[in-house]
Amino acid sequence: MFPTLQVGPLALQVPGLVLLAGLWMGLTLSERRARRRGENAGDLYNLVFIALIAGIIGARLSYAITYPSAFAANPLSLLSINPGLFDPFSGILIGISAAVIYIYRKQLPFWSTLDAFTPLFAVLAIAQGIAHFASGSAFGSPTDLPWGIDLWGAVRHPTQIYEILLATIILLAVYLIDKSQLGQTSGFTFLSFIALSAAARLFSEAFRGDSALIGNGFRSAQIISWLMLAACLALLGRRIQQDRSREKTFQRN
Amino acid sequence: MSRLNLTIWITFSTIILLLGAVWIWFSITLPGSTTQGSIPAPQQGFLAPDFSLTTFAGDSYTLSELRGKPVLINFWASWCPPCRTEMPAIQRVYDEFQDQGFIVLAVNTTYQDDLGDAITFAQIRKLTFPILLDRDASVANLYDVRSLPTTFFVDPQGIISEVVIGGPMSEALLRIRAEQILEGNP
Repeated sequence: MFPTLQVGPLALQVPGLVLLAGLWMGLTLSERRARRRGENAGDLYNLVFIALIAGIIGARLSYAITYPSAFAANPLSLLSINPGLFDPFSGILIGISAAVIYIYRKQLPFWSTLDAFTPLFAVLAIAQGIAHFASGSAFGSPTDLPWGIDLWGAVRHPTQIYEILLATIILLAVYLIDKSQLGQTSGFTFLSFIALSAAARLFSEAFRGDSALIGNGFRSAQIISWLMLAACLALLGRRIQQDRSREKTFQRN
Repeated sequence: MSRLNLTIWITFSTIILLLGAVWIWFSITLPGSTTQGSIPAPQQGFLAPDFSLTTFAGDSYTLSELRGKPVLINFWASWCPPCRTEMPAIQRVYDEFQDQGFIVLAVNTTYQDDLGDAITFAQIRKLTFPILLDRDASVANLYDVRSLPTTFFVDPQGIISEVVIGGPMSEALLRIRAEQILEGNP
């Protein structure tokens, strides 16, 4: 594990650096895809910028609203770079809301915009696996398998490596889907990515040693992944149906 | 795409979801088996590794004897600027919450610090919590400390609820974490 990189007096957080690199590489891939398809790459950068800024400000303000007395005593803490002073769930919600408002106001095609961002999401998924490996989080359950890694007092499933491998396979699969005829249906690339990611999490969660459990030992992440997979498969079926209807109308005319 | 039969898609989806449901069932584990509370490791969710250290004055502190109280373990050195910056905030939060049982153990990495400088710094800043001396790096190694400051928040059950690598921590963060672990909601 290598959670920090010491550069002189600075302790740089490796997981954060990896995610930043993933953002840059993913955006580059999305931009190339947009240019290849004759779409406006500038809209992609604007959308990411707006979502990030709204997400960061929203996450901090939401946290400050939850703990008003601590921030009232130290107002400068509103500007603190401590990642622990963010509410990630609210930040994601606010970031997504800002992105949706931008898409609506600029009248961007919703599904095609999500398709355009899919390379970014796929690269970020790999970066997240590397970030988990760097920090030692998202660790596996103890195992006797020969490829187990010695981590946190036991030989464990290398779940971070599983995560990286699965995310890499998904990136390649999504690339092939996007290039194929299937990728011509708007939304298909994005929904395929979400469905594959949900399936991958559903599979790999079984080897995790830090799963949150519900009921009689069910892993909550698996239940959520299964529901997401079901929703994506239903939406993909709907896209197929709409595509067929459009083609029939086109043939009739 | 358009030629992809919807019936085939529905059949494919049903099979995938059924396989997923079987895998979920197969992955059921005993409640408590995925929590790491019994294994000591310097990571969130694990039991804080036990140690005993002494202060400048020779008073001895053992982490496991503080079980039942929330503990902040801060690794620091007098030459480390962010360590120096965050110490007054730690002191203020300690002053505010020590009556409720909040404990601060400031582990000086004496093996890479000047003991005289560390003592002077603690006196000038009027630090009243225990300053423990890690002379041989045994505790820093036990906690896998690679950067200064590094802070561990330990709940009353002895489980690490958060690790903060680097600093300085803001006073709001310290205050909120102290409140959270005192309320049993780390």
